[in-house]
Amino acid sequence: MIDLSSFNHTVIQNILHVYVSWTRYLLFLIMAFYTYLNFRYFSVDERKRKKICGRQILLMLLLHLIAFSVICMNTLDTAVAAFYGMQVVFFLCFIYVYRALYPRASRLLVNNMCMLLCVGFLMLTRLSYDRAVRQFIIAAVSASVTWIIPVIIDRVRLLRKMTWFYGILGILLLGAVCLAGNTSFGAQLSLDIGIFSVQPSEFVKILYVLFIAGMLDRSTGFRHIAVTTAAAAVHVLILVLSRDLGSALIFFTAYLFMLYAATSDLRWMGAGVLSGSLAAAAAYRLFSHVRNRVLAWRDPWSDIDDKGYQITQSLFAIGTGSWFGLGLYEGMPRKIPVVEKDFIFAAVSEELGALFALCLLLICLGCFLQFVLIAGQLKDTFYKLTAFGLGTVYIVQVFLTVGGVIKFIPSTGVTLPLVSYGGSSILSTFILFSIIQGLYMMAGPEGAEGK
Amino acid sequence: MRKLWKRLKENTASRGDPADRNGADGSILRLTYLVVAVFAAMIVYEGWFLAVRREDTINNSYNARLDSFAERVVRGRLEASDGTALAETIVGGDGGEVRRYPYGSLFAHAVGYSTMGRTGLEDLAQFYLLSSHVNLIEHTLRELMGEKNMGDTVVTTLDPVLQQTASDALGDRRGAVVALEPDTGKVLAMVSKPGFDPNTIAENWDSLVSPDNTSGQLLNRATQGLYPPGSTFKTVILLEYIREHPDDYDAFQFDCDGYYEEGEYTIQCYHGAAHGVQNLKQAFANSCNGAFAYLGSRLDPAKLADTARQLLFNSDMPVALPYTGSSYAMEADAQLWERLQTSIGQGRTQITPLHNALLAAAVANGGTLMKPFFIDHIENAGGDRIRDFRPSSYGSLMTAEEAAILTDMMTEVVANGTASAVKSELYTAAAKTGSAEFESGRDTHAWMIGFAPAEAPRLAVSVIVEEGGSGGSAAAPIARKIFDAYFSR
Repeated sequence: MIDLSSFNHTVIQNILHVYVSWTRYLLFLIMAFYTYLNFRYFSVDERKRKKICGRQILLMLLLHLIAFSVICMNTLDTAVAAFYGMQVVFFLCFIYVYRALYPRASRLLVNNMCMLLCVGFLMLTRLSYDRAVRQFIIAAVSASVTWIIPVIIDRVRLLRKMTWFYGILGILLLGAVCLAGNTSFGAQLSLDIGIFSVQPSEFVKILYVLFIAGMLDRSTGFRHIAVTTAAAAVHVLILVLSRDLGSALIFFTAYLFMLYAATSDLRWMGAGVLSGSLAAAAAYRLFSHVRNRVLAWRDPWSDIDDKGYQITQSLFAIGTGSWFGLGLYEGMPRKIPVVEKDFIFAAVSEELGALFALCLLLICLGCFLQFVLIAGQLKDTFYKLTAFGLGTVYIVQVFLTVGGVIKFIPSTGVTLPLVSYGGSSILSTFILFSIIQGLYMMAGPEGAEGK
Repeated sequence: MRKLWKRLKENTASRGDPADRNGADGSILRLTYLVVAVFAAMIVYEGWFLAVRREDTINNSYNARLDSFAERVVRGRLEASDGTALAETIVGGDGGEVRRYPYGSLFAHAVGYSTMGRTGLEDLAQFYLLSSHVNLIEHTLRELMGEKNMGDTVVTTLDPVLQQTASDALGDRRGAVVALEPDTGKVLAMVSKPGFDPNTIAENWDSLVSPDNTSGQLLNRATQGLYPPGSTFKTVILLEYIREHPDDYDAFQFDCDGYYEEGEYTIQCYHGAAHGVQNLKQAFANSCNGAFAYLGSRLDPAKLADTARQLLFNSDMPVALPYTGSSYAMEADAQLWERLQTSIGQGRTQITPLHNALLAAAVANGGTLMKPFFIDHIENAGGDRIRDFRPSSYGSLMTAEEAAILTDMMTEVVANGTASAVKSELYTAAAKTGSAEFESGRDTHAWMIGFAPAEAPRLAVSVIVEEGGSGGSAAAPIARKIFDAYFSR
């Protein structure tokens, strides 16, 4: 006698396994084509650009559909299917409402936000359904709150006059976290406000960029730079004291880049790099958590049970996944501690493949390049520095998280914007992209002038 | 991409009034180049990791993902260099899998086992054994039918004839034998006694790991057994003496009456034998303890420690299997007694049989150590080659001149010294014996390291017989049988 129910079950399992192992190639191809269009965009005229952006939306939805077909087959849960539907609605609303509100906004940036969110949603759904739902709600709320920002940026000129307000508010927020924050993984990162746990540093990043841009816009005289440097140093020091090394590095690099952009003086850059190196050496000597991070990076294998555990599990994930990945649900990404946040890149690489993950990285880099293009188009130094500063904040964060996950640099514990799980991270990235959209519209149609 | 750059440049090149623009766009452009360069470096690093470091990285017992491969792949075969199976998985009619080791206990330590944890090559080759390179269509069809695919075959460098010879020669005595090709690093034989049968490891597990069991069958003595090197360490002392006396080491002379006294201490030659007047070569050939205690205790301790480190004492060895590191512990300010003892390979110095084999191999290979390796190539289940492993050099342990001098001295040990047991008409061997004391009142461990033919070495060996007596009488005959088997083919 053949037990038909178990027979059916195994057949489904087998077909599913083959389906998963073939879809990973398909997912990579879609991702690669999307990434190609992302760069192709820059070498075509306005009419073709709209076409490219339209294709990108189709590719994104196709990738989303295929990935969720695998997820649904694995979970056999109608709630997941419904969740998928809600995501599609969200993406379409976000794209088309934004287009209706801001016909002059950058469609490419909107697409990229959606693609990054899409990869985040599908990876989080695979890792933890509850967290994916929370992530989705936060993204939906963020999208509906931040749509107002571009118009404010475009219209409210008062923003550029509030320089010290940004600086002092930022320092106060960071100070509050340092003194009263919750500790997670050895760092004070978050404050409890009601039922929410907020990471102020994610938002202070933006205030900080506005502050530095405002200061450097006024003057690049020695005394003025000294004052600005001191204020920036206070930010960084508070972050170091809070043990939030990743944010400290982001703030430090952003200041250095903005200072150089404003002054074009390599001596400032040299002085900054020198003092940064000295500070890093001092931090290495003074703080055991800094030493631990560096040691875990240099030789994680000798302490594979403890300090090297996270990074070695990450390398196992990436290595075992190899170029094309093991396929969704075929890996063990949950072996990596805090995989949903700081190590999401390893989970993507393990199950969707290193090539897919590298495409993701290129999309992030493409966003940065677009920020730079916008900065280049803006005439006003304040806005120019703001655009470039936000770009720096964004790309340094991407560098720190991906570099840490693949053991290119010591792990500093920051998230991959829009992909990693985390409410503050999502909301602040939405704000950041919205400001850039405002600046994009302010800059006017690309290439319109001077031709 | 090119157009993007152009646009970047265009957009950021200073337009309008240059004085107004402060050159900010130029700076932004330079910083953007920097960012792109850093990302390019990161992507290249990731590519290097996946292309070069991947397999070694993920083949780790902490990587639980590999175990899950076994759900879809039948563990592949481990083969000896002649194509016979060292380990294979038999799939029964009910789908049950049994790992079989046709040679029984012969390759127990080198091949290891994969049922009660993993050791030896079963662990080292885990990734390959559980990877399947059968063709894609067959692969997919099998998966659709829910059948496992056959894992790849790992063809080792191990030579069953040499392994059997070494094992038979060692007999029931405890000890270890390592034989490898000095010019490639291919390990041909690795025996450790007492052994166990990997086929019945699960049934016998409790008694093997029982605290009452003092035989240590599971220990691979070749890689993990630490022994005092005894007189085999005179090779190291000799090298250091030549380094410190490059011009007049030939002029060394020592009159041996069987007992060498210095201060309040006495060093005795083996069984108190008086060697008479000895030059350096004779003292080495006869393994004269008096002469070596005398010359060794006058060496610069700091330089000797350097030479020992160079010869991989207290260092990581290029060995993929788990090993115990050899130790050289004499400090620069050591007292006379320790200096005398260290000079004849006693004291606190400890070495593994594998390490001693590598030292012999380095001398044989003109001073250059080839990294020892066990996996020759990987085949898919159909026999197509997937990947070859090539010999690779670890680096130079000594100069070619030094290696030539040591070879000459070691040849004399066979011709007119303690290793006469390996004197043969078939080949000219070079060797050094040792009889290492480890506990008063018990017989010495018998050592021999050596290689042949001395003029163009093809095989290096290291033999230890625990409590076997003298190296010349217990260890050298085992080496002889291995050399004979190898060179009579």
